[in-house]
Amino acid sequence: MDLIADALLILARWDVALALLVGSIGGVLIGAIPGVGPPVAIAILLPATFSMDPIVGLTVLLGIYGSSMYGGAIPAILINTPGTAVNALTTYDGYPMTTRGEPQRALSLAYSASFFGGIFSVICLILFAPVLARIAPMFGSREIFLAALLGIILVIVAHRGQTLIAAALAGLGIFIQSVGLEPVKYTQRYTFDQPFLSGGIDLIVVVMGLFALSQAFYLLTMEDEKTRLARLRKGLFQGLRELTRHPRVATVSASFGVIMGIIPGVGEFTAQFLSYTYARRTSKRPQDFGRGSSEGLIAAETANNAVPAAAMVPLLALGIPGEALTAMMLSVFYVHNVVPGPGLFQNSMDFVVALYISLLILNVLVLAFLLVATKPLMQVVRIPNRFLGVCILTLSFVGVYSLRNSATDCLIAAGFGVFGYILKRLEMPVVPIILGMVLGGIMEVKLRAGMARVKEPLDFIDRPIAFILFVVILLVLAAHFRRIWLERAELKEAEWQTRHASTRFGGLISRRKNSLLRARGRQVRARHSRSRPPSTDRD
Amino acid sequence: MTTERERRFVGPRRGQLLFALGFLAVSVLLLSQIGRETVWIEKSKLAAQPRFWPAIGLGMMVLAGGLHLWRLPWKNVTRFDRIEARKWMGVLEFALWFMAYVLVVPILGYLPVTMVFVPALLWRMGYRTRVTLGLGVVFAVAVVILFKGFLSVKIPGGMVYEYLPGALRSFAILYL
Repeated sequence: MDLIADALLILARWDVALALLVGSIGGVLIGAIPGVGPPVAIAILLPATFSMDPIVGLTVLLGIYGSSMYGGAIPAILINTPGTAVNALTTYDGYPMTTRGEPQRALSLAYSASFFGGIFSVICLILFAPVLARIAPMFGSREIFLAALLGIILVIVAHRGQTLIAAALAGLGIFIQSVGLEPVKYTQRYTFDQPFLSGGIDLIVVVMGLFALSQAFYLLTMEDEKTRLARLRKGLFQGLRELTRHPRVATVSASFGVIMGIIPGVGEFTAQFLSYTYARRTSKRPQDFGRGSSEGLIAAETANNAVPAAAMVPLLALGIPGEALTAMMLSVFYVHNVVPGPGLFQNSMDFVVALYISLLILNVLVLAFLLVATKPLMQVVRIPNRFLGVCILTLSFVGVYSLRNSATDCLIAAGFGVFGYILKRLEMPVVPIILGMVLGGIMEVKLRAGMARVKEPLDFIDRPIAFILFVVILLVLAAHFRRIWLERAELKEAEWQTRHASTRFGGLISRRKNSLLRARGRQVRARHSRSRPPSTDRD
Repeated sequence: MTTERERRFVGPRRGQLLFALGFLAVSVLLLSQIGRETVWIEKSKLAAQPRFWPAIGLGMMVLAGGLHLWRLPWKNVTRFDRIEARKWMGVLEFALWFMAYVLVVPILGYLPVTMVFVPALLWRMGYRTRVTLGLGVVFAVAVVILFKGFLSVKIPGGMVYEYLPGALRSFAILYL
């Protein structure tokens, strides 16, 4: 109880209250505009939060992260376009509800499910915090290195069908973070004798380029679309009642969200996929899924909103971000010399609980705001793409230039913007680069520190948590290679089933020649049989 | 006819081969420079070598990038790849707009440049109505007031502000 009282004391400030309000409303607005999304907004706001207190800055960013998915459901349901990437599954059942004249029911269900997911995960984590505080100090350099390695492996293998390019891009991230003056032996690495590279390439510059500038370029090269919005009637509160009729789906989906959020590199998509599949399998009306099923909508929205609070666990307890947004938040900690990790749980548990309580308040604020302001909020969906592109480009300047007032940083960010644009066009993942940069840096420091006390290679995993992490890494790799093997066999079988003769010209001529020869042979045999009657006839 | 391997590929076909070739070429080029650009320190553990992590990163880039290229279902550059490459080049125009904005702000000041930059880019994007261009100017002013005036982000005052009279000069440097 004392802990919660201390945490409330941290939050009882006007600037934290303002940050909560700005973060929650700003996050909903950003989420509701298709094409912006929380990574762009967080990247732009990141340098502005450096001048704030850690709790204020983190509350704004957490507010945007936690509330953007609420807002993202609005265009997903009304115009079949997800506001944020994780709202894609919401379109499956949300939009069919709109087409059959029930947009207010779909929106209210989405808000209620999101609210339940958000609150459920925060409560779980507040209850789980004492256990985490006991486990976190068991993580030394070796364990953190292995956890970071596990994180990077999970990020790579999570990109099904794109594992190789995800690994290559994670390698690029590891390489980028190694550029500059190496901090132990003070030697230059890949600076090409250029002074501007001596300080290394800043994570925020890369984040700004890959998320904000690339999105601006992408929107500027798109066509504007005309959107027709459905008319909303009253009845936005009915979703809360309807949610109480599906407690099992909501609870299981929220649990999936919490578990998947804690595991680095997995996140919302897997949580949604698992909960949606579970809801369909256990439903009495599985045929309704994808055609406006309330259970499907609840599963998708509950799972994705349970993730943000859970995603803070590896960041706060171990200092290891599991995805791009928490990686960006890590830089806020570093700027204020607050090092997330086991020490934070031991020494500043009230700070950790304060963050969770702020997430709890945030969910209440967002729900209240949405229940009264959905109608005017719907209009942001109409902002044209290219206008939005101009706005993001203008805001990107603040994000990069305010960091060090360096035109070179802006040039590097523009370069990464073009690279990010190419990746977007090719539908390739950007997140492995960011996590490669962040986790690569952590792995470098922790491996060096861990190896200093290791005499033989096996000593590295002689502690229980290190051994467990090592076994988990082996299991993940084994499962991945098994999946590749099965997919390869499946591909071969599919190729064998659809195999047909070659369509090359040489092949065609060869088959024509064989066909002509066979026909000629038949003719010759027929002629011979006519001229020479069978021997039995002669007898 | 689309093969099974092509059907299972994640992402569009256009530009894949060009990207894979370019990525691998840059990775190999960077890896070839590892001896010149990093140092190997004698009597130091492998994990503590300054060369170790660049080698890991570049090794992953070359190995995974090479395998990605090898596993690509398409081995020929088509006209769609060339069209895609032109699209990539086209985006450099907006990168130049951004860099011009970056270079002019320290000279003419954040507020005046933003007030010209936003409507000018909107004009370039084909918006001609007074309402849209006016909204652009309002957005520009709001951004400057929010970030420089309210959040006090570090953006230096323009060089032209030096020519303003006393109190107005200080105000312009601090807030505009």
